[in-house]
Amino acid sequence: MTETMRSFDRPDIDIEPATITPYRNGPYLVRGPFTLRDQDGEEIPTSRRTIALCRCGKSRMRPYCDGTHKLIDFRAPGVLETWPPESASE
Amino acid sequence: MPSLAEPRPGTGRRTDLPESVGQWTERLFESLRLSPGTEIAWGDLSMPADPIADLDLQLALYVCYELHYAGFDGVDERWEWAPELLGFRAEIEAAFERAVDDLTPPSASTELACVGESLQAIVAEDGGPPLSRYLETRGTREQMLEHVVHRSPYQLKEADPHSWAIPRLTPAPKAALLEVQFDEYGGGRAERMHSVLFAKTMTALGLDDTYGGYLELVPGVTLAGVNLLSGFGLHRRRRGALVGHLAAFEMTSSIPNRRYGNAMRRLGYDKAVTDFYDEHVEADAVHETIAAWDLAGGLARDEPDLAEDILFGARALLALEGRWAEHLLSCWEAGETSLRRPLDQT
Repeated sequence: MTETMRSFDRPDIDIEPATITPYRNGPYLVRGPFTLRDQDGEEIPTSRRTIALCRCGKSRMRPYCDGTHKLIDFRAPGVLETWPPESASE
Repeated sequence: MPSLAEPRPGTGRRTDLPESVGQWTERLFESLRLSPGTEIAWGDLSMPADPIADLDLQLALYVCYELHYAGFDGVDERWEWAPELLGFRAEIEAAFERAVDDLTPPSASTELACVGESLQAIVAEDGGPPLSRYLETRGTREQMLEHVVHRSPYQLKEADPHSWAIPRLTPAPKAALLEVQFDEYGGGRAERMHSVLFAKTMTALGLDDTYGGYLELVPGVTLAGVNLLSGFGLHRRRRGALVGHLAAFEMTSSIPNRRYGNAMRRLGYDKAVTDFYDEHVEADAVHETIAAWDLAGGLARDEPDLAEDILFGARALLALEGRWAEHLLSCWEAGETSLRRPLDQT
């Protein structure tokens, strides 16, 4: 699935596209070349290569994660959720 | 380019040995002033009943470990690997390790199958003293300053002890550790290095940001926390515990740091002071996720025998932090300083 892109200024270098990973009971981690923009198109400043985006909805610095998911006992799988669920016990 | 005259936070370091505080430190510091290879008569040193809180023992161990970090002026650098010193250190380490074992709840065998999830449960169930909530809502300026001083022996070398794990890990957990550490070390910018951010916070509070500058002010239970980590870091056999320690450290960081930042704002401090805390809210929300699942979970997948020690490292950190927080809160409750002497008398 991973498709490599080419950098404009260095066409000899392959760049992996950004990946977004949901972590179990935690945030989405974004790695790779990405730009975060608000809905008006303004860039949201980032200062690190890997960022965590809120998935529980309760962070006080959305869209970033601030660890609040632990306080509210947020539960979610770290893999694709299928619907309808394959077994009732899941 | 900063001018040479400009002070560079996080670069000053303590150069002399601290004052001895008992038989262990006396004997050790006397020896360290000699040449390695000199025959040392350690004599009969009695092991204290509570190695975790014993200042003499913990300061001796701290200085032994410090030889692997910054060292001391007037102490021959060859002492770092001198067999007679390592023997002395091993005796303290054995007693300390036993005391930490006694303090740390055991892991159940059912917890070993999914280390990431078990770490989440361990952190969620931790009923440690509410230190960060106390400081956020009613901590005084003096108490916040004391808290910073307690943290300084570790924070001024933040991330360094966990870096000992790098050469000892398989590729997946190693990549995860480096992803965390790269960020801890400022992502290639010295001025964003977390230890440097802490030094800046200390300076903005009017505290001394010299590495080791408050070594003579912090009690044994504070040094025990740093020694636990250095011990995990310097012994390859404890690489599991070291990784578990980092995971639990990161998982219990973002929420308390938000509270410490709030406490500083309530006391009227601005960004120069709160930057360190605010940075940790965002950074550690990333780090905790990587550390629990990719680092600790990845290590347990590659080396399943280490699962138990990974969880031990997490639980030992929480247990020791609990004892340390208890010390701070009980001192403050009694209207006393939590340091060896009040800050304003130094």
